[in-house]
This record gives sequence, C-alpha cells and structure tokens, in this order.
Amino acid sequence: MNLVETFRTALEAIRSHRLRSTLTMLGILIGIAAVILTVGLGQGAQVQVREEISKLGSNLLIVQPGSATSTTGVRGGRGSSSTLTVEDAEALQSKEVAPDVKRVAAVSSTSTSLTAGTTNWTTTVNGTTPDWEQVRARSLSAGRFIAQADVDDARPVVVLGADTVAELFTRGQAVGQTVTINGSTFTVIGVLKAIGSSSDTSDDDLAVVPRTTYAARVSTGGLRLSVSTIYLEAQSQGALSAAYQEANALLLTRHGVAAASADFSITSQQSLLKTATSTDQTLTILLGGVAGISLLVGGIGVMNIMLVSVTERVREIGLRKALGATPSAVRRQFLVEASSLGATGGLLGLGLGVVGALVLPHWLDQPVTISPLAAVGAVVVALAIGITAGVYPAGRAARLAPIDALRND
Amino acid sequence: MTTTLQLTDVRKTYSSGHLEVEALRGITMSVDEGEYVAVMGPSGSGKSTLMHILGCLDVPTGGTYELAGTDVSRMTEAELAEVRNRRIGFVFQGFNLLPSMPAWRNVELPLVYAGVHRDERRRRAIAALEKVGLGDRVAHRPGELSGGQQQRVAVARALVTDPALILADEPTGNLDSRSSADVLALFAELHESGRTVMLITHEPEVAAAAQRVVRIRDGLIDQRVAA
Ligand SMILES: Nc1ncnc2c1ncn2[C@@H]1O[C@H](COP(=O)(O)OP(=O)(O)O)[C@@H](O)[C@H]1O
Ligand SMILES: [Mg+2]
Repeated sequence: MNLVETFRTALEAIRSHRLRSTLTMLGILIGIAAVILTVGLGQGAQVQVREEISKLGSNLLIVQPGSATSTTGVRGGRGSSSTLTVEDAEALQSKEVAPDVKRVAAVSSTSTSLTAGTTNWTTTVNGTTPDWEQVRARSLSAGRFIAQADVDDARPVVVLGADTVAELFTRGQAVGQTVTINGSTFTVIGVLKAIGSSSDTSDDDLAVVPRTTYAARVSTGGLRLSVSTIYLEAQSQGALSAAYQEANALLLTRHGVAAASADFSITSQQSLLKTATSTDQTLTILLGGVAGISLLVGGIGVMNIMLVSVTERVREIGLRKALGATPSAVRRQFLVEASSLGATGGLLGLGLGVVGALVLPHWLDQPVTISPLAAVGAVVVALAIGITAGVYPAGRAARLAPIDALRND
Repeated sequence: MTTTLQLTDVRKTYSSGHLEVEALRGITMSVDEGEYVAVMGPSGSGKSTLMHILGCLDVPTGGTYELAGTDVSRMTEAELAEVRNRRIGFVFQGFNLLPSMPAWRNVELPLVYAGVHRDERRRRAIAALEKVGLGDRVAHRPGELSGGQQQRVAVARALVTDPALILADEPTGNLDSRSSADVLALFAELHESGRTVMLITHEPEVAAAAQRVVRIRDGLIDQRVAA
C-alpha cells in the first residue's frame, strides 16, 4: 500500500469519528496556541524593553555619584551629595586617557519651577553641554539645541521637553518666548522631540540650559562644580567595555580611591538590557513551561484516543490483515492517523495563536510577536507529538493476529 | 496434478489461562489443485480452526502445513500477508464487511494491499460485484443489503484478486434457501473455472455439490467416511 493510500485510509478513519477526532485535536490546538502566545508575549515584551532602553542613547554609559555597593554609610547614597565634578567630565574627554569614549555630557540637575506668563510648572532643569543631544540620542522638533557659544557666554537660553512645552504654552510657538527660572528670564531656543517614554521619570518633561548658565542662575550654594550624572557615549557598541574600563580607571585615579571603595558607579544600557531581558526570559520560560505541559497533556490525549481507536477497531484491523495488510502497512496507517491529528491540531493551534496575537494586544497593552521560526516550530512539535503518541498504539495494531481480531463471538 | 495443500499431523491447542482446548488433534490430509472439497462435522469439531490454518490466518501448534510445497511456518508475517492477499480468497463465517464503506469499497480492499491503482481497483471491484449479481448495488453499504447480498459481497471480495484457492466458512449458514442456492452456484462456477474450492457446511445438499467430503469429529478426520 503506497503513502497516498495510507493517507486516504487514515483521513477516512479520522473523518468517520468526527467528534472524537475534533476533541483530540482540540487538546493539541489549545496547547500549541498557548505555547505560541506565551512565547510571543515574552518576545514582544523583550522587543519592547529593548526599544525602551535604546531610547536612552546608543552605546551609553551612565556615571553616577555614590556607590551602589556601599554599605558603610560613610559615603552618601547615590546622588545625595555629588562626588562627580565638571573636571571629571572634562578629563573623560581626553582622547589619550579615554580613547574609546566618543562624547561626554555632564549634567547637573535640580527640580525647580518654571513660569511662562501666568503659568507655573515644576520640572527638572538640567545644566549641560551641546554634546548632551547626541549622547542622549535626542533630536529637536523646533528650534535648535544649546551651542558651544551659549555655554561660553552663559547665555540665558533654554531647550524644553515636549511635555513641558505643552504644560507651559497652551497656544502658539514656544520657540522665541520666554520663561522665568529662579528669577531669571530665559529665552526658549528649541523644543525636544518627544520619545514617548513609558517610565515615570519622563524624558519628555525637562528643561535644558547651558552648564555655565545653570551654575550662574539656577543652582544655589557651593555645589557649582559638582554634577549629578555624567553620560558617556562609547565609540561603538564593541568599545563599550573598553570605554567602561577607561572611565572607571580614570575616575578612581582622580578621586584617589581603590576600586573596592569607589565613590561613583558606572552602569551601561547593556547591563540594563540584560537584566530586563533576563527577567522577561525567566517569565517566558515559566509561562512557556506551563503551556508546554498543556501541550503534553494534549499529546497524551492523542495517544489515549489512538489506543481506544485500536481497541475499538480490532475487527477492522484483523480483517485488513486477513485481506493482505502487512504489519508495517497497519503500523503506518495508525502512525499517519496520529500524526495527521497532531499536525492538523498544530496548524489550527497556530491559526488560533495568530488570531490571539492580533487580538490580545488590544486588551493587554502588550505586544505579541510571533516569529516564523516559532510558527514552524509549533507545527513541527505538534507533528512530532502526534507521531510519538502514535508509535505505541500503532505497534499494538501491527502485532494483532488476524484471527484474534476476527473471532465471531 | 500438483498438490496445493498438504497437512501433516496438524495440531492446534488453544490455551486461555490454564485451560487448554485441543481443537485439532492431528489432521493429515491433502487437497489437489482444482478440487472442490466440502468439510462437514458437528459444531465445535474444529472445522473453523482448520480453515483458519489453511487460510494462513492462524498457525498450527504442531505438525506442518505446506502450501504449494512451501512450509508456511517458515514464512514471515509479511510473506504470510502476501499469501493471504494474492493466493487465497477467504469467505468468513460472519460476513466481516466494513459497515462504513459501500459494497465496492469493501470489495476493492484486498486490491489496495496488492498495490493496484485506484481506477483499476474500482473497475475490478465492480466487475466482481457484477459477477455475483450485485451490479446494481455497488454503492450500497452493508447495512442497506440483505444477508444473502452481504454474503455475495463477501464472495466478490474473495474472488476479486483472482486467487487460486477459495476458502469459505459456512458461507450459507445464515442464508435462506434461495440465497444459499445463489451462493452455491457461484462456488460451482469458480470450481469450473479451475480454482481450488473448499467450504464448510452443515447441509448435505451443499456437500453433494462438492467432489469430495471431509468429515471432522473432535479435531480428527472421521475415518469412517474419509476417503
Ligand atoms: N480462540 C479460542 N480459544 C479457545 N478455544 C477455542 C478458540 N477457538 C476455538 N476454540 C475451541 O476449539 C474447538 C473448535 O472450534 P471451531 O474450530 O470453531 O469449531 P467449529 O467451527 O467446527 O464449530 C471448540 O471447542 C472451540 O470452543
Ligand atoms: Mg465454525
């Protein structure tokens, strides 16, 4: 009996037990759809996190005062009293000492109130240099960013975040208007393009002024030379760890401390990414495991049904053997039957998964990504489950003696 | 004439648990090619058991069975399947038709395993059904046919592969006398066309149609009448 005949016979058997076949396939279908959706949710979340983090700037290292590992209480916590200075930032710009650092942007920031006409809005005011724009991977929707001349002359100019503009200027162009910060009048020279961050500390609600202007007019007290964060852009993705080493060594030397008692910490977006994705991966593996178990249960269902089918069709199998079916022809017939159930369930499950991937994001506010690999994999797995579940029942059918099957009583 | 079937001291013991039933207790007999043999004997005497062994559906627990000179106990499962498929047409005591399939699909079944092409199968199945007088019932399912018609479908299935040996286990057992006569006429025809025909019956008039009658009693050939 050739393969076409085997398939025809198997499909006929499946069709003649329509309800039972449907219920069997349902087990596989639900299992496959569940696996596809959980994996898709996990992958979607990873893509989201990756996008989120890459918005921070490419190849970015973030230097912050204080030590993340400090337990002594001698030094303040991160950012409480800054140990980083403008000189640190300038030293990091040296191409001799830190060749893998491309750009440096030191930021001093404070939360303060901005006034435009009669409108008040409290936001973070950052004092920095022109490099901030590239280092943070930002662009402008209107006007221009701070220029070196603005820094040199300590001009009273400000660049505002999109949300800040929306709060302060309900109508008309922001660029060219003035805002009052700490009693000084600033001219708005540019508006940053929104990046739509989902984090609480919005990257779209902020004001940026030249570092020198910040020191002269915004900040109070003697901390004029201290900065709250130094952003470093590495020459490339590959240079990230070299840049990290250089910056770390330089700052340790400048601060005269050993690595163990460093008064600053450097984090990379890469490490953020790793933490975030590994958390998501754990969740994906966990959910995927649960879905996998449901798939296993579906596979056991196929096996159970195939065994029932063999028992129920003892007469038919015996008759076929009496009429000349070889053991291998019988085995093949049941294997094809089981794998057809598996593969059909898998294909339908894939269909349900795709529909779910299209529908779910509307309710969950989570992207679901179905890769072609996952789709093909799911169907292959379903087929493999069908075959595996069919092996034992098919073997039993093949071993049946024709006469045991045909006895009349 | 060449001997087609040769049984030598064939025994068959069924054992279910510790209970042993000796269904055949040493049968020695031969059937020549083209012979028409009737097997008679009381119920439970071992007639069906003998037929199953002759049809390669079961194997003896003792003795040898040679089919056209080959000891069947030396054959593999696959070889036995081929023998059943190509050389033997078996008509079972029950009709053993698949209820979900129309008559012609039941009849073509042996041809499926013989690797015959689909169109050819259908043609030959319909021809076989016409031969048994069921040309107008090819698409009927067994449930839609009378007992006699079902038995004729079973006969059509047995002869569709054009086998040299036809074995029938009480083919007229469940039939009224008219259907009986129809089926017997078919066997007579098959015998005339050169096939070896062997059938089990209770009815003397059926046995009378055969060339030779073998009587079985308690798993042995009844010597009082055996030729
Ligand atoms: N599978 C079996 N297991 C146990 N005993 C069996 C089996 N098949 C037949 N027998 C016994 O073997 C004997 C012969 O049976 P069988 O060949 O069917 O007789 P017949 O066809 O002449 O009526 C009977 O006693 C029957 O009960
Ligand atoms: Mg019997």
